[in-house]
Amino acid sequence: MSNQKNAFVFNKENEIKAKEILLKYPTDRRQSAIMPLLDLAQRQNENWLSRDIVEYVADYLEMPFIKAWEVVTFYSMYYTKYNGKYLVQVCGTTPCWLRGSDQVIKACKEVISPEPNTVSSDGLFSWMQVECLGACVNAPLVQINDDYYEDLTYDTTKNVLQSLIDGSPLSIGSQSGRKSSKAVS
Amino acid sequence: MLKEKDKIFTNLFGDEPFHLKNAQARGDWDNTKELIKKGREWIIDEMKKSELRGRGGAGFPTGLKWSFMPKDSKLTNYLVVNADESEPGTCKDRDMIRNEPHKLIEGCLLASFAMNAHTCYIYIRGEYFNEAVVLQKAIDEAYDAGLIGKNAAKSGWDFDIFLHRGAGAYICGEETALLESLEGKKGQPRLKPPFPANKGLYGSPTTVNNVETIAVVPTILRRGGEWFSSFGRPKNTGTKVFCISGHVNNPCNIEEEMSIPLRELVEKHAGGVTGGWDNLKAVIPGGSSVPLIPKSTCDTVLMDFDSLSAVKSGLGTAAVIVMDKSTDLVKAISKLSHFYKHESCGQCTPCREGTGWMWRMMEKIGSGHASSNDIDKLLDVTKQIEGHTICALGDAAAWPIQGLFRHFRDEIEEQLKKTKAA
Repeated sequence: MSNQKNAFVFNKENEIKAKEILLKYPTDRRQSAIMPLLDLAQRQNENWLSRDIVEYVADYLEMPFIKAWEVVTFYSMYYTKYNGKYLVQVCGTTPCWLRGSDQVIKACKEVISPEPNTVSSDGLFSWMQVECLGACVNAPLVQINDDYYEDLTYDTTKNVLQSLIDGSPLSIGSQSGRKSSKAVS
Repeated sequence: MLKEKDKIFTNLFGDEPFHLKNAQARGDWDNTKELIKKGREWIIDEMKKSELRGRGGAGFPTGLKWSFMPKDSKLTNYLVVNADESEPGTCKDRDMIRNEPHKLIEGCLLASFAMNAHTCYIYIRGEYFNEAVVLQKAIDEAYDAGLIGKNAAKSGWDFDIFLHRGAGAYICGEETALLESLEGKKGQPRLKPPFPANKGLYGSPTTVNNVETIAVVPTILRRGGEWFSSFGRPKNTGTKVFCISGHVNNPCNIEEEMSIPLRELVEKHAGGVTGGWDNLKAVIPGGSSVPLIPKSTCDTVLMDFDSLSAVKSGLGTAAVIVMDKSTDLVKAISKLSHFYKHESCGQCTPCREGTGWMWRMMEKIGSGHASSNDIDKLLDVTKQIEGHTICALGDAAAWPIQGLFRHFRDEIEEQLKKTKAA
């Protein structure tokens, strides 16, 4: 936890976005906007939330801090620490495992760091294993920040990670050359 | 095999753009006003005739569900679309959202009108970021064209759609947890009754429907409930998008006729089981929550609600997870146990404590250092969790384990004996 009390405020662009988000919900139901506003705040802060930021969002929505903190800790997509520029999330649930997610994890260990949730020495990325990402017919896959890389192998995982190191990320989606979830024949 | 002309999702794979003008060329938004003019009763009646059963897993008749919404309530009625697709094996809604969003949006208007709702929320899982971007663009296109908003599609009905992104919690696919989440809280399921149709979002009458359920509505209304019910078997009608994953040559999503034999589905569309049909060990036919079925059952079973329930499994979300003979089944199911342990919301003790306990016991069995008594104890615990929790997550965690030992207990015990002897 930092001691930059109330240092965080939405930047101008996000202030506009936050107001637009609030229009989606009845005026007496501001708390409904907690999830999109936490997401907005997280994006403004290198993809993680400090306690101060959560306090700011709670105040913004006129709700108790603890209710906002409950939301932060309940959902897996809010992060309370920095995860590097790229957060690589490897799906390890059964459909991905059946098709070789262990090989994807192996590639992550070799390229990023031997342990999950550990930012690589160059600060570029970290990896973690997650539960089902919902793209099971394109298994195995990883989510890197907002994007899915699908139909992976050990080699193509390494290619994807290397492309991040090189600063020119590969195209998202299937890495086996097929289109979406259509069967190749 | 379903003919091309009878497919609802002609752009399921995104061969064409998702945009409004392309969607209109495919038949979406074609004189929607006329459908609305036929009135609420006509719409609900056609939905009942179609015998459509909810596509989110539970399979409740959609027309009947809609008819539960109060007709003269002074409160605001809501339609909430469940796009929190997270059931392992399932990825059908994703394709509908990213490639056929206008079918969903038009369906939202028709369903909301039928249920006297002026507002619809679509709750999409947070990980589907790019899909949410597409869907928001499609919503914006529909607003700009006057198809939704004030006097939607010139029908005289005012209608708004709002997209709400989740943030990574499987439990929010449970409808009351989803409503809690939409209200800005932890996604913990509510006790029922009251059911959402009486007291749902913000305490108002609410119907929660799956993406696929809503996205097929416009086509059903255009082509008629009887057209839809002409596919499949009675009470198991329509077309259905199946997701085929795991040990097949060509994993894919595919729209097919309900009640298609499992073997035909896998062999015609997914290139067959790796190593051939005889290399098949077991299939989880409806997403991770339903018990697996062994090859002998797979030989003949039909892919529909009643046929799969007759073999003590279920159609669920129609996500077919195929496992060939190389599969360590204990490990495959243990991974699902880990999934449920991770996704338990922690509200009910049997689930919060039980899912972790079951996973640890599955790992113990997987390690080989377990006894027949351990299996008995594990099965006993599954029975104590099943039916003793607020929502069905406890059941969903118990069933895959029960299914595993129902069909493969002898084989697993044999393996344990070998490990002990070694």
